[in-house]
Amino acid sequence: MLRYALKRLGLGIVIVSVAMMMLFAMVYVIPGDPASVALGPRATPQMIEALRARMGLDQPIWMQFLKFYTSAFRGDLGTEVLSGRQVLDVVFEQVPFTLALIAGAISWSVLLGIPLGCIAAVRRGGFVDRVVGILSVAVIALPSFVIAIYSLLIFAVALRWLPAIGAGEPGNLKSQLMALILPSLAVGLGWVGYIARMVRASMLETLEASHIRTARAFGLSDRRITYSYALRIAILPTITLLGVGIGHMLSSSVFAEIVFARPGIGKLVYEAISVRNYPIVTGAVLVTTVFFVVVNVLADIVIGALDPRVRASFD
Amino acid sequence: MSEQALIERRPLTRLGGLGRTLRRIMREPLGALGLSLVVFVVLMALFADVLASYPSTKLSPADRFQPASWQHLLGTDHLGRDLFSRVLHGGRIALAIALGATGASLVIGIVLGLIAGYGPRWLDNLMLLLFDALKSFPTVMLALTLVTLTGPSLTAVVVVVVLVSVPGYARIIRTQTLVLKSAEHVMAARSMGASTARILAVHIMPNVIGPILILASMDIPVVVAIEAGLSFLGLGVRPPMPSWGSILNDGFANIRDSYWIVVAGGLPIVLTTLGFTFLGETLRDVFDPRLRGRG
Repeated sequence: MLRYALKRLGLGIVIVSVAMMMLFAMVYVIPGDPASVALGPRATPQMIEALRARMGLDQPIWMQFLKFYTSAFRGDLGTEVLSGRQVLDVVFEQVPFTLALIAGAISWSVLLGIPLGCIAAVRRGGFVDRVVGILSVAVIALPSFVIAIYSLLIFAVALRWLPAIGAGEPGNLKSQLMALILPSLAVGLGWVGYIARMVRASMLETLEASHIRTARAFGLSDRRITYSYALRIAILPTITLLGVGIGHMLSSSVFAEIVFARPGIGKLVYEAISVRNYPIVTGAVLVTTVFFVVVNVLADIVIGALDPRVRASFD
Repeated sequence: MSEQALIERRPLTRLGGLGRTLRRIMREPLGALGLSLVVFVVLMALFADVLASYPSTKLSPADRFQPASWQHLLGTDHLGRDLFSRVLHGGRIALAIALGATGASLVIGIVLGLIAGYGPRWLDNLMLLLFDALKSFPTVMLALTLVTLTGPSLTAVVVVVVLVSVPGYARIIRTQTLVLKSAEHVMAARSMGASTARILAVHIMPNVIGPILILASMDIPVVVAIEAGLSFLGLGVRPPMPSWGSILNDGFANIRDSYWIVVAGGLPIVLTTLGFTFLGETLRDVFDPRLRGRG
C-alpha cells in the first residue's frame, strides 16, 4: 500500500513539473512580451526595458527557467508587478472563497446525486429511472454559466429569494451560506447528473454480487440490503469521479464567481487579465493545477486503500 | 461470396446502414428529440440570411431595450440590435467553430495516438506524460492564460479546444493501436513488407476510428459551451460579431431591467447542447453499447 501511495505521489510530482514546463513554454512560444503586455501600448522602450530587468526577462532562457522552477518549489511565485506584493499571498487570500464554493458544489452533487442514483437503480427500467436518466443527461449537458445566469435571473432577480452578488457579510455564517446556495448550485448541478448515473450503474452491478445474494437469502429486507450493504460499495467510484470533477468545478467556479460577483481565484484571474497583471495569472493557474493534481492523487490513494484491485492495476 | 460481389455490395449496405441508424434513433424518444433539435439549430444557422429580417450588427438606438414582439421576435439589446438576427448569425459562428475545432482535434488526436501506440515505448511514455500534464490544467484557467498572452480571438478559442480535447482522443486511439499492433492482419502486412505509414493508414486507422467519431460527436456541445463561455467573458468572438456568449454578456449587464436579452442568449445554447447530447447518447447506444457509461 505504501509503495502504491509513493508511486502515485511521484507520478503526481512529475505531472506538476511537466505542467509547469508547459506553462513556462507558453510564455515563450506565444508572441508577445509579458513586460510590454503589463505596461500597455503607451509604454516607452525604456520603461519596458526596466520592467523586463525587474521581472528577470533580460536573462537567458535557461536561467529564467531554472529560477522559475527553484523558486516555485520554494513556494515563491514572484511578486506582483504593480503593487510589489507576493503573488502567492495574493492568490491564497482568495483560496478559501473558491474552496467554499467547491465544497458547496460537492454537497449539492452528493446530497442529490446519490439518492437519485439509488432510487433509479432500485426502480430499474421504471418511470422514475427514466426521468432520472433524462434529467441527468440534461444537467450534464448544460453549461454552468448558463445555469448560473438563469438561476440568478429566477431566484435572485425575479423571486428575490437569495442574494444576487457577493459572498455574504464577513462573520455572519447565515448570510454567507445564503450567498453560497446559487453559485454552488451552478457549479454542482452537472455533477448531480454525473453522480446519479455513476451510482445507478455501480449499484446495479453491486446488487448482482454474491454477498448481496447471500444477504437476500438470509431474508434481510430490500431496503436494508440496498442502503446499508450495497450502497457502501456502490459509492466508491464516486470518489474517483469527484477527484476528476474538481478540475471541472474549478473551471465552472470562474464563471460562478464572475456572475455572482463573488471573491475567489477565478475572479482574481479574470480581473488580473483585464489589467494585464501577468504574474497573478500564471501564479493562480499554477496553484489551481497543483491543487487539482493533489486532489487526484489523494482520490487515487483513498481508492487504492479501499480496493486492492486498483493498486494491482497500477503496477 | 466472391470478393467482387463483396466490393460491389459495400456502398449499398452503407446506405442501408444510414437509413437503419436514422430509424433506430427516431425510435428512441430521446434520440428523436435530439435529432430534431440538432436539425432545427443547423437549419436556423444555415438560413440565417433568409430568416433574419435585420442585419445582425445594425445599430438602431431608437429601438433599444425592446421586449419580444412581432417586429423583434426575441426583442432588442442595449444598442437596438435585433436579437433574433444576432442569435441566428451567432449560431453560424458557434457551429462553424464547433465543427472546425473538433475536426482539428480529431486529426491531431488520431495522428498522435497512432504514433504513441505504434512507436517506441519511450515515446509512448513521454506522450502519455504530456497528455496527463495538459489535462491537469482546469480548462478555463488554461484558456485564460492563453488569452492573456494572445488577446481574444477566434483562433485562441480553437487552440483552447484543441489543447483540451486532443489528449482524450489520442489516449483512446493509442490504447486501441496497442491492441492492434500484434493483430494477425497487421503482422501479415508487416511480413509482406508494408511500410509503417501504410500499416497505420490502411490496416490500423480504419479499425480504431469508429468509437472516436462517436466520442467527438458527443464533444460538440462541450465545444459550443467553451466558445460561448469564452465569448461571455469577452475573451472569444470579438464584437460586433454576434456570438451567443456575447449576447449573454450584454444581457447580464442589463439583467435587472431587460431579462429577455439573457433569455435570447441562453436559449440557443440550451437547445444546442441538449440536442447534440441527446443525439450523441442515442448514437452511442445504437452503435457501441460498450462505450455506455463513459464520460
